[in-house]
Amino acid sequence: MAAEELKTGPLEYRTQEGQMSIMGFWIFLGAEVVLFATLFATYAVLFGRTADAPLPSELFEPGIVLIMTFLLLTSSFTCGLAIHEMRRGSVKGLIFWMVITLALGLGFLGFEIYEFVHYAHEGATLQSSAFWSAFFVLAGTHGLHVTLGIGWAILLLIQIKQRGLTNVTSRKFFIISLYWHFLDVIWIFIFTSVYLIGMVI
Amino acid sequence: MAESKKRVPMNHVIGFILSLVMTLVAAWAAIQSDLPVTWVIIGIMILALLQAGVQLFMFMHVTEASSGNGHVPWNMMFHGFALAGILVAGSLFVMSFGHDHGDHGDMGDMEQQEEQHSEDHSGH
Repeated sequence: MAAEELKTGPLEYRTQEGQMSIMGFWIFLGAEVVLFATLFATYAVLFGRTADAPLPSELFEPGIVLIMTFLLLTSSFTCGLAIHEMRRGSVKGLIFWMVITLALGLGFLGFEIYEFVHYAHEGATLQSSAFWSAFFVLAGTHGLHVTLGIGWAILLLIQIKQRGLTNVTSRKFFIISLYWHFLDVIWIFIFTSVYLIGMVI
Repeated sequence: MAESKKRVPMNHVIGFILSLVMTLVAAWAAIQSDLPVTWVIIGIMILALLQAGVQLFMFMHVTEASSGNGHVPWNMMFHGFALAGILVAGSLFVMSFGHDHGDHGDMGDMEQQEEQHSEDHSGH
């Protein structure tokens, strides 16, 4: 593949730099999977080691967790729509769906903060037991990623307002869409192996 | 642009509906159903993997010829998940030994105690 620009296909893939940046981001995501795998492994090993703190089955509530899951799932869908609009060449559509994605992401964060504060009031904090340390580090790392993603997307929205759709800006939006979908992939596993299994056992 | 002229991307809509259905089925299995715990856990983990697949293939364009990246994205995800499985299963396996002896004395008499224990609860 030469350095010259392709004339067809999605903007983000037209230059070699764009292709390579996206490939690099996939490698980063592979490393992120492993980062979360270590946290999941720690959580799995420390499961049940609640000491004197409340049990997860006493604190986990299906309602709020399902709301959080649906918020993030829908935001992943709207983020996909944003990229679809971008590939149709519509900056307006891209911004519209991206703003909705961010609003849903903020809703998710709000519920997660509420949930953590609620647990802290019930006596489950980072310090209260091995289990709760592992839980807060795992869920908190995911929450931190969501927070970073929101900040990142806001900066990109400012940039696209100024520069419009180019090879570079569309590559950046494509990459953040990968990141955002990836956060939902991680959440699916937190939802399943932390919350659902925590409520079953 | 040759691709994605459609107003509504059907594969995204289908992926979204599939994800919603799988989330609800997993939640129902865990909260409402009377299935045995082992089956619930196996079932919801399979559903989680399927949902991850929906995200990767229907939303993240993990296989897309125009990317020019060949199999790299798919390889990265496959190896990431393989490592995740090894890390979680391996940690659980390694840490499943020696739990019962943790709160006795210092390291010196651990071994003796261990021997006693294994005699005491050999069926354990």
